[in-house]
Amino acid sequence: MKKIEAIIQPHKLEDVKEALKAIGVDGMTITEVRGHGRQKGHKEIYRGMEYQVDLLPKMKVELVTTDARLDEVIKTVVESARTGKIGDGKVFIYDVAEAIRIRNDDRGEAAL
Amino acid sequence: MLRRLVLLLPLVCLGTLALAQSAAPSMDTRVANLEAAVKSAQSAGDNAWMLTSAALVLMMTGPGLALFYGGLVRRKNVLGTMMQSFILMAVITVVWAIVGYSLAFGEGSPVLGDLRYLFLNGVGAAPNADYGATVPHQTYMIYQLMFAIITPALISGAFAERMKFSAMLLFTVLWAFLVYFPLAHMVWGKGGLLNAFLGGKIPCFDFAGGTVVHISSGVSALVCALYMGKRKGFGVEPMKPHSVVLSVIGACLLWVGWFGFNAGSAVAASALATSAFVATHFATAAAALGWMFAEWMHNGKPSVLGAISGAVAGLVAITPASGFVKPFPALLIGLLAGVFCFFMVTAVKGKFGYDDSLDAFGVHGAGGTLGALMTGVFATSAVNDGLKDASGKVLGLGLVDGNPGQVLNQAIGVLISWGMAIVGTLIILKICDVVVGLRVTPDQELEGLDISLHGEEGYNFES
Repeated sequence: MKKIEAIIQPHKLEDVKEALKAIGVDGMTITEVRGHGRQKGHKEIYRGMEYQVDLLPKMKVELVTTDARLDEVIKTVVESARTGKIGDGKVFIYDVAEAIRIRNDDRGEAAL
Repeated sequence: MLRRLVLLLPLVCLGTLALAQSAAPSMDTRVANLEAAVKSAQSAGDNAWMLTSAALVLMMTGPGLALFYGGLVRRKNVLGTMMQSFILMAVITVVWAIVGYSLAFGEGSPVLGDLRYLFLNGVGAAPNADYGATVPHQTYMIYQLMFAIITPALISGAFAERMKFSAMLLFTVLWAFLVYFPLAHMVWGKGGLLNAFLGGKIPCFDFAGGTVVHISSGVSALVCALYMGKRKGFGVEPMKPHSVVLSVIGACLLWVGWFGFNAGSAVAASALATSAFVATHFATAAAALGWMFAEWMHNGKPSVLGAISGAVAGLVAITPASGFVKPFPALLIGLLAGVFCFFMVTAVKGKFGYDDSLDAFGVHGAGGTLGALMTGVFATSAVNDGLKDASGKVLGLGLVDGNPGQVLNQAIGVLISWGMAIVGTLIILKICDVVVGLRVTPDQELEGLDISLHGEEGYNFES
């Protein structure tokens, strides 16, 4: 099993969700996060006080999939989240040691 | 049923006739009755407007100012900041009932009222002819209370995010006694030093509180900001407003509530009230545009916070002038105020580096001073014919009426207000510092006032 952690543009969340649904992936966890990579922030001015805002709002999508489907899921996430501009985000892949369904104690891929 | 009515009719007619004959009123009685009815009708109209105005002015403090200031602070201090406005609605009310109204509006010396209205003794249904001949004295008392509430609440913008709650309570009560009551008495009280209409030695025009409310609070705010020092991390950490949305709602409530503040200061539902209403609205509109365009040119973007700050600056500046100036001078005063206050909170504050957290001085002190001086220029008897000489002839008011000396009178009024605010506030800060200490601890300041002082959070996302 692998965990896919994708940091994406907030306005691409719906596209990513729809694309994943289309290939039959319907479990995921979404978090509102802030961060930046190479993307520069912007300037905000409140009554003459200037603030450089570097950490920009992003969405973090986390989902766990079987090794067999990994490439397909990665491709779907990356393509649906892409605008082609700086700030599109990144995807990280982790090994997952175990998955447990709390309701009935299912283990491994059966718990996904 | 119908038959019974027909039978009754002649009886009723007869009865009415008999009654009319037995109590035929003389012409004098009828005229007297008519006069009483007219008086009562006018009183009803005026009283309805004044009670509405009193409610509008209270709405300026809570929720108006509470939201306006609450949105400008950081998330961790939103409740502490709103509380500083809200609790004054309670604190000042009690002080006012016991002795405050008497000290402000009792006839006393030129600088302070006496104790004739202690515990509101004698303040009842009968009008006080000097203050409002057509409304119950009690109406005037409760209307003026709302001004006494918002004034110290305005100062809280300067010490936001770092003052102890106990110190804030002590400070505002002492401030009411040492600065507000004397100043209100001088400007509006009978025999007050600056009261142009009730026998003041230095006739100063302040229709709704440019000196009493805005200069006093704004200048005191500057003194507080300088005395208390900056917020921890000022200029290093970001201190962005946590919700300009709340501030927009607050500013709009202030704009609406201000109609009670200014138009209500006519103390009647009169043409003068309408004139003050119009002047208030026009100045506010022009000031919002003035600040917005100044900022747009200076920073490249017209910010929402700038537009609403401009509106408040316009409301402040037109306050002393509202019952004295025509609509177009009001537009001009507003425009000047918008640009001037923008300059004050950006260039001037930046240059001197004081931390007037929410710009109480830059908006109220600066806007109030500009408005008080402009009142001396544009006040005209065409709008307000209340100033008369011994023979009853209406006197000219400001520079536009050919009375340039009034600008000087206004300047003296401004100086006295500045002086009282500076000296009074310094003394009170010193007392509070010694008695309870002014600032929260550095740890409390980092944690935020909401949790450290009040044991609550403004936004509980987990519940």
